[in-house]
Amino acid sequence: MSGLVEFFADPANWSGSTGIPMRVWYHLMYSLIALGIALVIAVPLGIYVGHTGRGEASVAGIANSLRALPTLGLLIVVVMLAAPLFSSSLVFTAPAILVLVLLAVPPILTGTYTGIQSADRSAVDAARGMGYKPSQVLLHVQLPCALPLIISGIRGAMLQIVSTATVAAYVSLNGLGRYIIDGRANSDFGQMAAGAALVALVALALELAFLLIGRLVVSPGLRRSVRRTRMPGAVEPAA
Amino acid sequence: MNTVWLSSNLSWIAELTFAHLWLTVVPTALGLVLALPLGWWAHQVPRLYGFIVGSSGLFYTVPSLAFFVLLPGIIGTRILDPLNVVIALTVYTIALMVRVVADGLASIPPETVQAAEAMGYRAFQRFVLVQLPVAVPVILGGLRVAVVSNISIVTMAAIIGVQQLGSLFTQGYSLGLMTPIVTGIVLCLAIAVVLDLLILWASRALTPWRPKEVAA
Repeated sequence: MSGLVEFFADPANWSGSTGIPMRVWYHLMYSLIALGIALVIAVPLGIYVGHTGRGEASVAGIANSLRALPTLGLLIVVVMLAAPLFSSSLVFTAPAILVLVLLAVPPILTGTYTGIQSADRSAVDAARGMGYKPSQVLLHVQLPCALPLIISGIRGAMLQIVSTATVAAYVSLNGLGRYIIDGRANSDFGQMAAGAALVALVALALELAFLLIGRLVVSPGLRRSVRRTRMPGAVEPAA
Repeated sequence: MNTVWLSSNLSWIAELTFAHLWLTVVPTALGLVLALPLGWWAHQVPRLYGFIVGSSGLFYTVPSLAFFVLLPGIIGTRILDPLNVVIALTVYTIALMVRVVADGLASIPPETVQAAEAMGYRAFQRFVLVQLPVAVPVILGGLRVAVVSNISIVTMAAIIGVQQLGSLFTQGYSLGLMTPIVTGIVLCLAIAVVLDLLILWASRALTPWRPKEVAA
């Protein structure tokens, strides 16, 4: 543990391209880019599946089998296959981000479509009875009701991304995982532990941020009933 | 597929598979055993539900690679000690299962529990002989999720050098060879299918009173 304190106390580790602020920034940037792409893919698809009920079985099946697929293996396979396709500056970054997106899509997709499906039937019927068109029912009733599960899906995806982005340092992605990989290579336990502690802190901070976002955007009328009916599989385990 | 690599590494692959099984099954079983009293407690004292489920769930937030690296500093093991992996995965399993156990117990019809109480079952007897068996499908359903994700998490330990099927990925990467990686992925998926089916089978065997289709 003394190495850990030493690492944080050394001013050299707080500046420059290998400094802590820069690596935190890279870690967050890659994570948010991946999350943004995953959202653009998964939310509309989830709304479609949830609203029409089409393709539900195949979506659930794919999500389950992706869970069993070992992340590290997937990461290395994609990097080895895709690296020749990208120009030199993106050669490691792009394939790694591709994997992050791939892993983030299922939890968001599942959260979105189960959220829309589990929207209170009577609220949907009431809206229909009041003359709402299907698109209005979706926008003003089903989506707001689905928000808690959507957010919990996004939270699961975010954790998965932050965790995998750490591992992706093994295939040369910049970010906090570098401290763990480089520390391991140099048998510098202080550096490894510092990287691990920073990753854990970033993950915890994001978790708290999502709790706050949930508080802010979810209708207060939903919170109590959601706690009771929360889906057991809603929060995807982060690997 | 590079059959030369495959045939000359068969015994190593078998060793890795065995290590992987051990590193998955032991923490999953330990985590389940430890989650049972915690889940029972969270169910029994509704005021504590949020605290117990929330604080154990917080451990799931810590990325696995970070967990593997931090544990030696906390408990004084060597960085390469497989014990770090076992402990980290046990904690993950607890984090996942506490809520499943509590929610499984909550899903039991109150009449069932009242009947047991009226027949003179004490709290502990009621838990072991009535509540637990009735909650088996829910609990083991959660355990299927836990074991499958544990198999994937174990592979991460290859980065710090703990030998298991994940070592095939790092080996393949450094050799620039696809065969070890594909072999590792296939074996991981095979283990996942086998353990998943085993739990499914156990769930059915433990609840003979349930109609056959429902257990699926």
